[in-house]
Amino acid sequence: MSDISQPTAHPPVTDWVNDFDHTDPQWTEDPFPIWDEMRAVSPVVHTDRFLGCYMPTTYEAVREIAHDTEHFSSRRIIVRNVRPEIARNAAPPITSDPPEHKPAKQLLLPPFTPDAMKKLEPRMRAICNELIDGFIADGKVDAAARYSKYIPVQAIAHMLGIPESDSDLFINWIHMILELGIKDESKLLQAVQEMSAYFTAHIEARKDTPTDDLISYLMNARNKDGQPLEDSHVLGSLRLLLIAGIDTTWSAIGSSLWHLARTPVDRERLIAEPELMPTAVEELLRAYSPVTMAREVVKETTISGCPVKTGNMVLLSFPAANRDPKMFPDADKVVIDRRENRHAAFGLGIHRCVGSNLARMEMQVALEEWLKRIPDFRLDPAGTVTWSQGTVRGPRQLPFLLGKAM
Amino acid sequence: MTERLRIHVDPDKCQGHARCKALAPELFELDEYGNAHEAGDGAVPPGLEDKAWLAKSNCPEIAIEVIEE
Repeated sequence: MSDISQPTAHPPVTDWVNDFDHTDPQWTEDPFPIWDEMRAVSPVVHTDRFLGCYMPTTYEAVREIAHDTEHFSSRRIIVRNVRPEIARNAAPPITSDPPEHKPAKQLLLPPFTPDAMKKLEPRMRAICNELIDGFIADGKVDAAARYSKYIPVQAIAHMLGIPESDSDLFINWIHMILELGIKDESKLLQAVQEMSAYFTAHIEARKDTPTDDLISYLMNARNKDGQPLEDSHVLGSLRLLLIAGIDTTWSAIGSSLWHLARTPVDRERLIAEPELMPTAVEELLRAYSPVTMAREVVKETTISGCPVKTGNMVLLSFPAANRDPKMFPDADKVVIDRRENRHAAFGLGIHRCVGSNLARMEMQVALEEWLKRIPDFRLDPAGTVTWSQGTVRGPRQLPFLLGKAM
Repeated sequence: MTERLRIHVDPDKCQGHARCKALAPELFELDEYGNAHEAGDGAVPPGLEDKAWLAKSNCPEIAIEVIEE
């Protein structure tokens, strides 16, 4: 049993190629030039931090690793200071490898198809408008705190059948797991315990009174032997849906609004040509992909000619892959009508994000409803934009002035 | 002479990104898990050739084949 680690100091990075650190303030603020610098040197770089970690810097190297479940395990999917013990049923299927992965994934897929998401769309439009009603008269807003944050929380709460009013509770757990928990394991454990207790109560309540929601759906699901899932599997999947479903899309919507606030020409074009929105959403997903995953090297191999040794973690940066100029012409520009876009924002291979159709619907609806009500907005020079640290990148403070500039 | 196109989704490569269904809904269908396959026998009706190529060039798994017949 490992000791509970204390928060560890991370010295500032001076050598990004040989000593990278994705929790460094410079990375948090503006990672794009860092990735370009690394990519120019090697398709795979390494740091001794985090007990040893590689990072593929090209689209091709990211693709190779994402498709290689023999050498790279998903049993640990976040790069942290420590390697907590591997829990059974941690958060299937994202923490599962073959052969357990496929049945766990197939259980979750049917509620998240594009058709299933269409049914949720009217509620999402209403949620967006209720949020806008809350601040539009003020002439200014922190769009991360008052808008982008609440859209995915309320969507996933609606799907799970838990009160939308518990939103702030969920947001706090996620902050503890994905941000504070990278350096302070006690925060991670506390959040996981609280979250498990919360969902256990919801599971118990449904044993007496079944409901028409995702929690009951999972409780009624049968594994390949026709048996109900263990409570720990249901709990793990619920933890996953809550963690993966919230600050990811919060970040994607926030980054998109940040881009539109600074780029009137794209805003005007999307208002004039609303049919362009799905294409623009894909480009915003490419340029500002929020999610970086991880793998653990379990068997020695070679990636893009670089040797990769066991015992190391891999920072699997889909965002960096999506900025690879060899894959995407003008990779550093947002081209909202980009026709060819094989971006990897939702991952590649068997771990493709279960919620990708939900996230796309939420982004599209959130941007459409915002632009209908608030066609003109800009960054508030009196405020500061701040970005989240670590595994999921997006604006956490996004001060806007609403309306035309005087 | 007009070329005829046929499409095919490799079920072992498809991971259900559903980009093809969004870009060319006439040419693709999704199963209950959201994984794609070609509609009917995969023949691309005249006028939808561009959509076939567009779907192919946006598939992150390179699972779509466009065959010129």
